[in-house]
Amino acid sequence: MLFLATLVIFTPIATVLFVLIQRGLPEIRWEFLTQMPRMGMRQGGIFPAIVGTFYLVIGTVAIAMPVGIATAIYLSEYAKETRLKRLIEIAIVNLAGVPSVVYGLFGMGLFVLFLHFGSSILSGALTLAMMSLPVIITSSREALSSVPYSFREASLALGATRWQTVKHAVLPHALPGILTGTVLTIARAAGETAPILFTVAAFYLPKLPHSIFDQCMALPYHLYVITTQVPNVRISLQYGTALVLVGLVLGINLIAVLIRAHIRSQKKW
Amino acid sequence: MVEQQSSVVSRQSSERNVKINVGNLNVYFGAIHALRNISLEVYKNEILAAIGPANSGKTTFLRCLNRMNDLQPNFRVEGKVLLDGKNVYDTAVDVPFLRRRVGVVFATPTPLPMSVFENIAYGPRRLGTGKRSILEKIVERSLKKAALWDEVKNRLRDSALKLSGGQQQRLCLARALAVEPEVILYDEPCSGLDPISTAKIEETMFELQKDYTQILVTNNTKQAARVSERTAFFLMGELVEIGLTDKIFTAPQDQRTEDYITGRFG
Amino acid sequence: MKRPTEWFIERWILFNGIFSIAAVGLIFFFLTKEGFNLFKHYPLKDFLSGRQWYPISEPPKFGILPLILGSFWVTAGATLIAVPLGVASALFIAEVAKGWIKEYLKVGVEILAAIPSVVLGFVGLVTLVPMVKQMFHIPTGLTALSGAIMLAFMAMPTVVSIVEDALTAVPRSYREGSIAMGATQWQTIYRITVPAAGSGIVAGVMLGIGRVIGETMAVMMITGNAAVIPHTLLQPVRTMTATIASEMGETVQGSDHYFSLFAIGIVLFVITFIINLAADFFLHRKK
Repeated sequence: MLFLATLVIFTPIATVLFVLIQRGLPEIRWEFLTQMPRMGMRQGGIFPAIVGTFYLVIGTVAIAMPVGIATAIYLSEYAKETRLKRLIEIAIVNLAGVPSVVYGLFGMGLFVLFLHFGSSILSGALTLAMMSLPVIITSSREALSSVPYSFREASLALGATRWQTVKHAVLPHALPGILTGTVLTIARAAGETAPILFTVAAFYLPKLPHSIFDQCMALPYHLYVITTQVPNVRISLQYGTALVLVGLVLGINLIAVLIRAHIRSQKKW
Repeated sequence: MVEQQSSVVSRQSSERNVKINVGNLNVYFGAIHALRNISLEVYKNEILAAIGPANSGKTTFLRCLNRMNDLQPNFRVEGKVLLDGKNVYDTAVDVPFLRRRVGVVFATPTPLPMSVFENIAYGPRRLGTGKRSILEKIVERSLKKAALWDEVKNRLRDSALKLSGGQQQRLCLARALAVEPEVILYDEPCSGLDPISTAKIEETMFELQKDYTQILVTNNTKQAARVSERTAFFLMGELVEIGLTDKIFTAPQDQRTEDYITGRFG
Repeated sequence: MKRPTEWFIERWILFNGIFSIAAVGLIFFFLTKEGFNLFKHYPLKDFLSGRQWYPISEPPKFGILPLILGSFWVTAGATLIAVPLGVASALFIAEVAKGWIKEYLKVGVEILAAIPSVVLGFVGLVTLVPMVKQMFHIPTGLTALSGAIMLAFMAMPTVVSIVEDALTAVPRSYREGSIAMGATQWQTIYRITVPAAGSGIVAGVMLGIGRVIGETMAVMMITGNAAVIPHTLLQPVRTMTATIASEMGETVQGSDHYFSLFAIGIVLFVITFIINLAADFFLHRKK
């Protein structure tokens, strides 16, 4: 019976992936990936959406990673068991639970309007970064706490300062784990739509962005647009776009899985 | 041996140099009173053994001397620990600098997952020594002092984790020596080692005696008898007795010391 | 004191740590900053209990009851599907499956968690929606039921992975003791393992619910987006999230409509805040 339930979950997933590949794959040619959309997005490629998503993801990681890792270091290496630490932990749990569309509202309120960044890559990346923060913090913290306590003791006993200990005896050994978490965050950020709706995403923009203050297209939003907002788009074009997005996200996930497998095989202690 | 120790007695009576002076030391972990009114002196260049059953406070005592206890949650200390006359618990004390002066070898070998060379160079590097030639000299000197040089001189690039347990422990000793400490603390350094490795470490301790003050915490009363000049017996957070090792083992003052040494408990 | 670099780095790291608290505060502040403007000329009571959402009629009506009920129906439906299935397959993965099957299933859960919601929405649109329409002979397949089924798939990875963690954390000795006393594997699972993992299971379910309530894109694409009070699962509904996402683009900044969407954001924020706090409480209770 348990097996049956498992089957009920996994069969549709497998089917969905199979159908996506079967119907989307014929659409994926070089021109599809490298050309601008044409004819009101009913023809042509999805190049600007891919580029936009790429920029957004880079921006997100660049912002979220330093803050996230620093927070994880604070919680794992510096904080004593105080009320402040507990408060930060609760805050992180709640950040992880805030709906993505609420992040979108917030990003619009703070970055787009209040800070006058406008609807731009900067606003979108900041919003996505806020959303990614709890994931990066949690995974980095796990990676840090998997480093044996004896490393810290050994380093401190030799007269290393606290920061030297973190930097030279702890971080290098936690880095692969932190990287895995970060890559997973990238995958998630690449697939998010709701947070970028009001902060960066352009419905149709037949040119590439020039600066972080430009709007851009993004793959997930583009998929939403051509499946629900533009009438009479060829279904194969929709399948193709969906497949590219899923392929991108799962591809990034695969990288994370490979890094993780590599760590396990290299584990030295 | 006997002669060596009788000379120690004469030196002791004629005011030996005090390296560490512990006065009325009380340690608490939360509600637990881990050390009670410990007062003792450690002389320069002696080997002092601290023995006692598990949870007697001997390790806690050791870890007070270079403030490693600061890392434990809810740790609180009262009293004084004077190193060369200065209290190590003063707020003005630079703790990393203190730990450089008072090195420690832990119960289980704790090599960092890097090469033999990098393990020894870890401390000096943190002090800002980056020059390869200097580091090479430090590594060679430290390994020689720890009697490990001949065994690993061709394996300096290998991971320290590939060494045997005994070699790893001597590596940790060499690593502690590389930052030029004045005092070396040993926290049951041979608990996981075979008799031959244990003998090597004990020999090394004798070699180091002329330059360093050494304190050895051990569960192994025979080891204390073999290695130390004086022995302190800890029980339930109290210092029961301290005196010449000979005397402690042959004619202890306290009944509890005798019970422990003759194996009636612990 | 003596080491300025050290001092500076410690402050910097502490600052980053506190940032998370500030972030929660900032989110709440910016939601209320805009959202509370609505209540200057529109009573809170009418907002929460009004039965009509006509934001652009004259005069506009901002009653979010239909939206709350829309979210509720979809969430309830998704929970009813996801929880039994999710817990069952977590049990299968943690207690029954062995070797490569277990590993593959875990990867499967991760894949499911990774698929973007907009893709699931698209897939639901082209597969599930026509199926529902045909099966129930209704004019449109864009219904609460379609949304609930699709959202169930989004909640399942959360439920499965957290429940599986909780089950795996039950000490082996519990199980061995039970088996040793002659209990069957099923009895052991039912009487020993599940109760021992109880609070973890509750937390997994709650976080799953939290995820469903906040889900936006998939629901927006397949629930039909009709802001009416639903009576069955086979009607089109509109959730709070979908309302924000689909209407924000059309509002005039500074209008009551615009403020009302932020006000919905506050409601969502508060609901998920409570759910997550409660789930966290259950997760930490046993430890």
